[in-house]
Order: sequence, then C-alpha cells, then structure tokens
Amino acid sequence: MRQFANRHPVWSGVIVIAAAVLLWMIFAVWPAWLIDTIGRKKIFLNALFNGVTLGGLYFLVASGFTLIFGLMRNVNMAHGSLYLLGGYIGFIVADSTGYWLLAFPVAFVVVGCFGVLLQIFVFQKMEGQDLRQTLVTIGISIVLADLMLWVFGGDFFNITPPNWLSGPMETFLVTGVKRSSGDLIYLKYPIVRIVIFAASVAIGIGMWVLLNKTRIGMLIRAGVDDRDMLSATGARIQFVFIGVFAFGAGLAGVAGVVGGTFQSIAPGEDIRFLLASLVVVIVGGMGSIPGAAIGALLIGMAEQFGSVYFPTYAVVLTFLIMVIVLAFRPQGLLGRA
Amino acid sequence: MAVVENSETPSQAGRQVGWAEKVPVQYWVVAILLVIMPAFTSEFTLFQIFGWSFILGMIALSLMFLAGYGGMVSIVQMTIAGVAGYMVAILGDSAITEISQGWPWYVAIPIALVIAVLFGSAVGWLSVRTEGIYTIMITLAIASAFFYFARQNYTIFNGFSGFNGVLPPKLFGVDWRGGTAFYYMSLFWAIVSYLAVLYLSRAPFGLALQGVRDNPRRMAALGFNVNAHRVAAYAFASLIAGIGGILLTWQSAQISPGTAGIGPVIDILIIAVIGGMRHPIGPFIGAFIYVLLKTFSIDILVALGLGGERFQLLIGISFLAIVFWSPDGILGLWDRWKDGRNKDRLLNDTEQKL
Repeated sequence: MRQFANRHPVWSGVIVIAAAVLLWMIFAVWPAWLIDTIGRKKIFLNALFNGVTLGGLYFLVASGFTLIFGLMRNVNMAHGSLYLLGGYIGFIVADSTGYWLLAFPVAFVVVGCFGVLLQIFVFQKMEGQDLRQTLVTIGISIVLADLMLWVFGGDFFNITPPNWLSGPMETFLVTGVKRSSGDLIYLKYPIVRIVIFAASVAIGIGMWVLLNKTRIGMLIRAGVDDRDMLSATGARIQFVFIGVFAFGAGLAGVAGVVGGTFQSIAPGEDIRFLLASLVVVIVGGMGSIPGAAIGALLIGMAEQFGSVYFPTYAVVLTFLIMVIVLAFRPQGLLGRA
Repeated sequence: MAVVENSETPSQAGRQVGWAEKVPVQYWVVAILLVIMPAFTSEFTLFQIFGWSFILGMIALSLMFLAGYGGMVSIVQMTIAGVAGYMVAILGDSAITEISQGWPWYVAIPIALVIAVLFGSAVGWLSVRTEGIYTIMITLAIASAFFYFARQNYTIFNGFSGFNGVLPPKLFGVDWRGGTAFYYMSLFWAIVSYLAVLYLSRAPFGLALQGVRDNPRRMAALGFNVNAHRVAAYAFASLIAGIGGILLTWQSAQISPGTAGIGPVIDILIIAVIGGMRHPIGPFIGAFIYVLLKTFSIDILVALGLGGERFQLLIGISFLAIVFWSPDGILGLWDRWKDGRNKDRLLNDTEQKL
C-alpha cells in the first residue's frame, strides 16, 4: 500500500478524498442543498447497501470462476448454470425440509460433485485446448438451461428465509431528522441481506486464509504460477484440480441459494450471473481473489446506483467501468500482466 | 486451430487460362443450382429457409473470417448486425414514426453501415488488447451490454418492442420482400461477401492477418503493426455482419433487442462452429443446417417423443457432439472422410496421398 502511495501520489490522493467524501456521506446528516441536488439520504444509503450486498453475491459467484481460471486456465462458461442449479436444489431442500440452513451444504455438495464430473469428463479430456473447452462449456450451459427449464418450468422461485432472519433491522446509520420532534431517524434494512453479506465476507476471508496460510493453499498458488513445475515436483496436480473445481462449483451452488433468497431464481438468471462474473473478473483481474472482491463491489454498486440515479443508462455504467479498465489496464485492476 | 490452406491451383506456364476455366467445376454446379432454385421450390422455402440461411451464413462468415484467419473468436458479430439493423430502422422508415427519421434508403443504408463498422472497430480496438479466451469473454460482455441497453432505452432504441414495419425500398418497382426477389437479393450479397472473404484471404492483408494469428511476435518483429491488422479485420468483418443485419431486419420486417439477444449471439458462434472455420463455405453450411433444424425441429422432436419446445436441447446436443468429435465442424468431418478414402489400407497410415 505504501509502495502504491509512493508510486502514484496523485491517484492515492484522489482515492483518499473519495473515501473521505463517501464516509461523510454515509455518517453525516445531510444538509438541505445536498438533498435538493441528489435526493434524500435514505435513497442513497439504500442504494449503497443494496450495491454492497449485491457485490457480496457477485463475489460468491465470481470467486469460484476466477479461482478455476487462475489455476486451470479454463473458462467455465457453464458457471452460470451451476449457480442456477444450486438455486433450484436449495429451493427443493428448503421447501421440503423447512430448514433454510440445510440448503447451503446440500447445494454445495451436489453442485460440487457436478463440478467434479465436469472436470473429469470434460476438462481433463481436452487439457490445454482452451477454445474447445470454452465451446464445450457453452454447449453444456445451453443443454443444462433447457433441461432445467424442462424440469422446473419458467416460474420464479423464491427461497424463504426462516423467521429469525425475516423483517428489517434497525441500523446505527442516520437517514435524517424528524421535523416535528427533532429525533434522529435510523436506517432500517432487511436483516437477511446483512447476514448474507457478512457470510460472504467471512467466506472471502476464509478463502484468503486458506490460500495464503495453509499447505493446500500453497499448492494452489504454486499451481497458478507454474503448474508444470508443480507436477514435476511430485504434487498430485490432478487431485488439486479436481478439488479446486469442486470448491469453485460448490461456491456457485451456494451463491445460487443466496441469490434465490434475496432475489429469485428463474430461467435466464444463469446467463445474467455468468455475465456478471465475466465482467467482475475482467475488471478485477483474472485469477485474483482480492481482484474479484473489488470488481464485485464496483459492479454491484454501479448497478444499484445506476438503477437509482440514471435508470435508463444503468447498464452503460457497468459497461463503462469495464471499458475504462480494459483501456488503461487490460489485465484487470489486480491482475498480473 | 483452423489452418487455412492456400489451395489455389497454379496456372500452367505458357498457356493463357481464361477466368472461366480457373473456377473449379463444383463452383459452377453450385452456382447454377442456386440460380435456378426458384424454378422448383416454393416461396416459403426460398424466403424462410434459403434467405435466412444466407443471412445467418453471412453473419457467421464474419465470425469465421475473424476466428479462422485472425484467431479472434468474437461473439459480438450478431450485435454488430443488430446495430446496422437498428440504424436502418432509426434513420430510415419504420412503423414507429416518432423515432424513425424517414431518410431515403441511399442515405440511411450507407450511414447505418458506417456506424456498424465504427462500432465493430471500437469493439475490436477494445478486445485486441487481450488475447485468446479473453476475447470471447469481452465480446460476450459487450454483446449482452448492448442487448440490455437496447431493451432499457426508449428514446433511441424504443425499448422492449423495438421497431416494426422496417421494409426494404421498392427499388426498380420490385417488392424485395417477395420470396423470389428476396432470395436473389440475399443470394447476391452472400456470394459477394463469400468471394470478398475468399479474395481477402489470399491478398497481402489476409496473409499478414494469418501471420498475426500464427505468431504475433514474429510479425511484429517483421515490422507489421499487429493491432492495426486485427482492428482492420474487425472493421471488414463488421461490414459483412452489417449487411447481414440489414437483410435480417428486412426479412422479419422488424428489429427488437431480442434480435441481438444473448441466445442469437451464441447461435452465430454455434453456426460457425458446426459448419467449420477452415473455409468460408463452412458458415453457410452451418447456417443451412441450423435453419433446417430450427424450422423442422418440431417434427424431429415429436418423432423422438419429446415436446416441440425442446429445440434448444436439440441444438445444444448437436453442438456438443460436433465440438466433441470434430472440432473443425462438418468441413473437418468431410476432410477426414476424404483422407480416409485416399488412404491405401494395405499401406501404413503414414503414406497417404502424395
């Protein structure tokens, strides 16, 4: 960080000022002129929170994608289908047993096993031919999408969270002052979103610890850097590959349950989340977990702020971020050249 | 991947060869067959099956040009076609009179093509900064961004419903949407773009592009501007895709975000892969198979005992089968079959046709 500040003093200044303005906007009671120009603080805070929680969901999907790419150099275009599959499985489990929490491990295991099958029967057979792998996974995603449409129909499914997670929660952030009494009004926010966001942060930190502090993480990082050399040292790289693929796919399945809880699952969501994870990893940098986190936050916020403040051009904002990053840093924000 | 062979037969030294003799016999057969086709087929077949195949073939041809000769698998070609179609609807005539400018066709069409080429070049400029697999991801992201943008935007693109009543001009007093007239119009443009790609693949530019595909660093060392060649390839491909897009808009008389939606965008890739990316004829074969499948899938599926709406499953499985067993598409199967026939089974497989 200090290195970055030394190398780019102007940019660090801009970042610090932007962060300060953002913090002030979050914590201060807004003066009248600001409300006149960009609307009420409640709208802003809601967009911010929605953006951050959506970013958490995008991170869950994209981190598996970027991990798989970083290690095996294969672009799994069926990643969105894994997300949707996880959502449907989570719905079935939560609906039939009544335990919302049970949906997560089941979706993780089932989708993870599916990922193992993909790795063994598709990717191992055509190792190193990345174009062919991409085409095959596009074909698989088409077939899976139609099979799921066949089985589940075109309806929207919603996974209902348990009672202790439903309803809003009062936060400590002030949205305004009551005119009549002068009391402060606090922001209310759905508790389930906050819990899920906290969980995705925890998963992110867990992944970081796993990658940087454990022996398995060391194997994975070595594989990312030079997988031929790693296999030459005697590590069983195919097992590492299968494990990472299962983990990445399982994360996509868990993300499907999360997405089904705070949005809904329906045909077409697979493509939406595939694209979201594509944009996130293009912006954040291929194969980088912190990059995926930054990219997911940026894209989630851009989507929410865009849809609140300039509704017809919301997509363009997301796209613009991608274009700017590509134009100035083609390898992504935290990607390696 | 695809290796484009320079199979031009050298003309015999000393003897002057007329241009008609240089064209191989198969070309004459196919050309005559295509020209006399309206004599024995119905208007529906001409308009719906052949017209559509030619159009999709052109758009897939632009992808084949980029992927086969340039090594850049760009999924954005259908979007470029959509941009051209939208521009014709916006600048020319349509049923949405509040937005359409109503300019005459000789102004609207060139401007639409110029905009499509500019759009395609801009996409190319963005995506040539990265290579290989990234190109697919970036072009897919751009294509879907265009789809969502066109669906949300009502001031320029008229949102979800798009434009209807976009008709070809009544040039020479002919209704160009009639079966036979449309057949000849699309056939003409398909042949023009096919020959243009064939010519360009042997011209200095095309050879340099193939050099860039095979070894960009060596080409850069030789003094070629690698990125400029790639962007120029995008511009040329956009022109073909743009013409295809305008024809597609006229054929269905409407354009909406769904025309360039994510499904159709991927379908173009499927068409190019099924046909094969080794030779410019591949995309047209792929398009013909795709259109036949799409038109008659209900009959096939009902015969298999499935519902008629499982078309995507059928196309997905056939795509998977092709990619699994013959990465070069139908053309690859054909080549292998030919090789197999020429092989003398008594000799070992190393000694094939000399």
